[in-house]
Order: sequence, then C-alpha cells, then structure tokens
Amino acid sequence: MTHDTEYNFAYLDEQTKRMIRRAILKGLAVPGYQVPFASREMPMPYGWGTGGVQVSAAVLMPQDTFKVIDQGADDTTNAVSIRSFFQRTAGVRTTTATSDASVIQTRHRIPEERLTEDQILVYQVPIPEPLRFLEPRESETRKMHSLEEYGLMHVKLYEDISRHGHIATSYAYPVKVEERYVMDPSPIPKFDNPKLGNMPAIQLFGAGREQRIYALPPYTSVISLDFEDHPFEASKADHPCGLCGAIDSYLDEVITDDQGGRLFVCSDTDYCENRRNAGHKGKDAA
Amino acid sequence: MIELKNVSKTFTLHNQSSAVIEVINDVSFSVAAGECVALTGASGAGKSTLMRMIYGNYLTQAGSICIGDVNVVQAEPREVIALRREVLGYVSQFLRVVPRVPTLDVVADPLRALGVPSDDAQARAQDLLTQLNIPQRLWSLSPTTFSGGEQQRVNIARGFAHAYPAMLLDEPTASLDATNREVVLSLIEEAKARGCAIIGIFHDESARDRVCNREIDVSAFTPGAAA
Amino acid sequence: MIPLLSVQGISKYYGAHIGCKDVSFDLYPGEVMGIVGESGSGKSTLLNCLAGHLPPDEGQVVFDTRTDGPRDTVTMSEPERRMLGRTDWAFVHQHARDGLRMGVSAGGNVGERLMAVGERNYGDIRGKATDWLERVEIDASRVDDRPITFSGGMQQRLQIARNLVTGPRLVFMDEPTGGLDVSVQARLLDLIRGLVRDMGLSAIMVTHDLAVVRLLADRLMVMKSGRVVEAGLTDQVLDDPQHAYSQLLVSSVLQV
Repeated sequence: MTHDTEYNFAYLDEQTKRMIRRAILKGLAVPGYQVPFASREMPMPYGWGTGGVQVSAAVLMPQDTFKVIDQGADDTTNAVSIRSFFQRTAGVRTTTATSDASVIQTRHRIPEERLTEDQILVYQVPIPEPLRFLEPRESETRKMHSLEEYGLMHVKLYEDISRHGHIATSYAYPVKVEERYVMDPSPIPKFDNPKLGNMPAIQLFGAGREQRIYALPPYTSVISLDFEDHPFEASKADHPCGLCGAIDSYLDEVITDDQGGRLFVCSDTDYCENRRNAGHKGKDAA
Repeated sequence: MIELKNVSKTFTLHNQSSAVIEVINDVSFSVAAGECVALTGASGAGKSTLMRMIYGNYLTQAGSICIGDVNVVQAEPREVIALRREVLGYVSQFLRVVPRVPTLDVVADPLRALGVPSDDAQARAQDLLTQLNIPQRLWSLSPTTFSGGEQQRVNIARGFAHAYPAMLLDEPTASLDATNREVVLSLIEEAKARGCAIIGIFHDESARDRVCNREIDVSAFTPGAAA
Repeated sequence: MIPLLSVQGISKYYGAHIGCKDVSFDLYPGEVMGIVGESGSGKSTLLNCLAGHLPPDEGQVVFDTRTDGPRDTVTMSEPERRMLGRTDWAFVHQHARDGLRMGVSAGGNVGERLMAVGERNYGDIRGKATDWLERVEIDASRVDDRPITFSGGMQQRLQIARNLVTGPRLVFMDEPTGGLDVSVQARLLDLIRGLVRDMGLSAIMVTHDLAVVRLLADRLMVMKSGRVVEAGLTDQVLDDPQHAYSQLLVSSVLQV
C-alpha cells in the first residue's frame, strides 16, 4: 500500500498531535496518573483502539518501524487494519518482528521478547480507571487517586478470594506505580504484569472513548497489588507451546475439533515463529 | 447529703397564652445521710414536681439543690449524668426501658453503666428479682409485657441494684401486695442503715411511719395553697 | 477532662437562606447527644457540617485527635479530615444503601475500612469482619452474601458493623432507625445502646423520633429554623421543655 499524501502525516493534524504529546509528557512526568486529553474522532469505532491509534499517531516519525499486535498476534483483523492505516497515512515501514520495531501498538499483550530503550510500547485501553467497577462516580475516584485512598482496590481482590478461594482476576490486574498511583495495566493477562516493571522501553496507554492517557517511563517500579497471605502470582496455562515447545510464554487455547481436542500455542506469534525458525519443535507441530 | 436552699419553680406555657404557673416557692430543707424524709401534701401540691427538680428532670428557676457537692440547678448535663450514675438513684412510678431487653439486663443495667463486670451485675440482679418474687421464667423476657405490679417491682429492683448514697422514691409501695411491700420496706431500711439519704413520697401511711424520720408538707411552699 | 468535640459558632448558609446558625456545644467522651427538630430545621445540615461532609461558612469544629490533641477539622487538610472519617469517626446513614456498597459482600463491606487503613492480610480482615457480623447479630454464614439479599434491619446493622470495625471514637448518626419496622427498631436501639456502652463511644444522633432520643441520648438539642432553641439533659428537655417550640414539639407526640 502506498503512502496517501492527501492526509497529514499519521492522519492527525499537527495541533492535535502537539496536544496529545503534551498529555504524554505529563503522563511520563507523573507515572501512573491519568491525564485527560481531547480525544478526536478517528475513522474507526470506539473499542477498536482509537486511544492507542491517537497515541501512536502522536509519537510516530517518518523513520519509525511500526508493529501492531492484537492479543499477541500480528495477523488478526484489528492488527492488520491499524497497521495498514499507518502505512497509508504515515508511510512508515511496518514489521511483525518485535526486535525490528521502534513503535509497537498492542491490544491486551506485552511481547515475550524483552524490549529495549529504543522502543515505545503503546497500549489500547478500554477503561482506564481501575476503581471504576466499585466506585462509579468520577469525582470520587479522582479524589481517591489524589489522596491515595486505595482501600477500595483491595476490596475487589478481597471479593475475589471470598468468592473463588484465590485472586481470580486474571487480566487487567491492578498495579501500584512508584508506590503512588494505582493503575489499570489495560486488559493484559496478569502473566504479563511482571514485565511492566523495570522495563527499558517507554510504555504509553491511550483510552480514546474515556479520553485519558497515562504512561510508564523506562525502568519504573510497578507492583501488582495482593494480600500477605494471598500473594500475587503470574499464571498461565500449565502446558508447553504445541508448536514451538516454549514453556515460558503465554499460551492461547485453540479448540481443534468437536471432540474436545485442543491445542495450546504461544499467543505471541512472532516469538513462536522465531523459535520454530531456530529449530524448536512442539509436540503438535506438523 | 441533700440540701435545698430557696428553691422555686414556675412553668411557662408558651402555647397557652404564655400562662405562667408558680408551682414551688422558696423551699429550703436538707436530708442527712441515713435519714429518710417523706414529702406530704394533697395530690397536686407539687410533691412529684419537687422530686423531679431534685433529680434534674425538671428545671429549677431559683435557689440551689446540692447533692453532695454537685448543685443540680447549675450543673452541666454531663455532671448531672455522672451524679445519676454514681450518687443519686430514682425509683419512679413508671418503667422506661428499651423494648426487647430482658428483665435481668434491665435490672443489671445501672451496675453495668458503672463498669461492674457482667457476671457480678447479673448476680446482684438475680438476687433482687428473687427477693421481689419475680418468677425466674420471666427474667429472660422484656418487662414491657409485664403486669403493672410486676413492672413496679422490676423498677424497684433496678433502683436498688447499685448502693446509691442518695435516693428518691416515688410511691415505691403503691400497687404491691403485703409480701412485696414488706420486701421493699426492708430494702429501704437496709439503704438507710448503710447511710443512704432518702426522699420519698408515700401515700401508704403505715409505710411512711415505719421508714421515715420526718415529714415535710409541700403544701406550705405551694403558692396556690397559700392563697 | 477536655471535650472530644468542641463546636463553636457553626453557621451554614444556602445563599440568603440559613442552613444552621451559630451552633455551639461541647461533647465529652462517652456522651450521646440527640438533635431533634422538624424537617428543614437544619439538623441534617448541622450534622453534615460536623462530620466534614459540608464546609461550614463560619465556626470551628475542634476534635480531640489521638495523635495531635484538639484540632479544628474545618481548617485541617482534606486528606487529614478524610482519614479521620475512616478511623476515629463513623457515619451511619438513614438509608443503609447510602452507607454500604451494595455490590460487595458483607465481609468486603466491613473489611473496606480495615483495608483503607492499610491491613493487607486476607485472613485477618475476614476474621475481623466475621467477628463484627456476629456482634451485630448477623449470622457469620452470611459473610459472603451481598447486602442486597439482606432485610432492611440487617442492612442497617451491617452498616453499623462497617463503621465500627476500626474502633472509632465518635459516631454521627442520621435517623439511624428511620424507615424500619417498630420491632426492628427496638432491636437496633438495643444494639446501638450496648455498643455505645461497651466501646465507650460518643455519638451525635439526628432524629425526629423523641422516643428514640429518650432511650439513647444523654443530652438533647432542639433546633428550629437553623438555630438551637433549647439544649439540656434529654429527659429534662422532654419533660420540662422551656422554649415555646420545644413545648409544641413534645406535646405533638401521639401517645400509645
């Protein structure tokens, strides 16, 4: 697809990008704090990553290499359409290789491969407010953040244990940033939570419908909330990847037939492919 | 123990053309420890009113009412509360309790308020209820369902649970049968013997003659009667 | 002894309208004070000013804090005031749903204040929550049920447990027995009385029910048009009211 020069670079006008960059800088200066921004209408529906797309548009430069993953995969509809959107409006190079990308927009995963200081990870966020399900009033949740009143967040975990015997929250697991702000890491599996902390790459979070941007600068302390007697555990399906045999990656369960047949495979398609190219083989590999 | 000096009271009825009624005028008397004084006078003479003034239940317009070293007329509410808890007991003709509370707890309540351990307070309550012939099967029930005579006896048991240094008794023997009347009179005699200063209203003349050291005719201080 | 709460000249205006005007009193440890008056007399406005829910326009509310002694809660910072609201103060709303999280289990409701002050051991929190449910006569087996499945009286008792779990010293109550059946009211009154005594609580209770104040309150303030018209011992104010309005109020109660 060729670069469509009828559009301004990366679709948004320069003033809008400035406004978003200001929000990003503020977010980086106050890690975990939700910065309001004037979210624009984008040529895609809410819930498809309008927040992430606006953040990506504001940080992309012509020399960048862009990668988009959806639930770890480069080849799903959402990933393909956002990738082609920026190919067309910004003319940037795109890739599926994590290590080649300088900007990675993601929905619900962190790549398995450790990111570097030269990379930016942009998350799509549906609901940025971690306290929202327990306290519906925005005025009140803002006050709770400003006064660091986070007892309510533990009420949610308490409810989990009382109902399920363990902390059953398995994605969007709340974290505390630099011992200050409680933050929703977007719906990534809690398996990815340990990767949030001390990451060399910049992490940016954009919520389009909710009009919020927040950020984690490189090497930020990020702690998953828990109880002394119910500590946080980063869990995943207890299997090796059926295709590449990896035992350290987050797995998707794929139903293969109507007889209960199933297959566990890496959710990070690039990671799985690299391993297979290097000769690793799982038990279900053809 | 109890000393009244130049005590007067008026009622102002704001909602009845602000009528001012003088009920007590210039009362002075005192009651020593171990003494029992009866208030007498015709019905409506102001016996109960005077007693309620001493308890702080009615406001006094002039004079002083000292119980020990507390002047009820000028005391802060919390001082009157402490006085009622520790020093001044009152057996009224009416039992006022939280519904649903068992009789035993109602009687033990004044002791619990003083910080007496629950077991000791209950033991004292059981003892008094037994003396006053309240059947044990009623102890766990609320006294609100009892007959008038039973309620009166529960009220007396509650009033005598703590050994107050001063007591006010409003018709303690009314509506009691001979046996229970005898129990109450001996409770009064015991209280006197340990040095309690008592002011009482007794319509029962023989009871009055038996426990009271002297009488004060309230009619003498009632403006209406003087006219 | 210094007062636990010393209120000096509290006024609140709603534009030209007076919410409450120049209210002063001292409340000592262990005292229960009732505030009565008809609807619109300013008693709820006053309670909300005292509890830090409404900023008063004039006056001081000096509370004897555990760590720093007497402090004016009107001028202290909001985080400090809210911290008091989670630790030394409690607020019991008339409607339990205003004071409870209806979507959270009974145990979570009681445990919230513990977690808010930093408790992080699930077993301990649950243990204390269960203990408090029993103290307010809710079966421990209901600890994981949501209050939406509770009766009105149980919800009100749960609200009380949720408030008292951190061992506050001052409880604000806004018509705590309003809207409940008479038999349920009696049980609640008995419970509140027992807790006040056992925990040595001080309380300020707004109500229009004179029978309730007679049973629970040591002291009484009568309010009319935003002003306190009479104050004193509860039984003295009820049995020998001095002010025209108090006399009217007392004489208007239906006898049963």
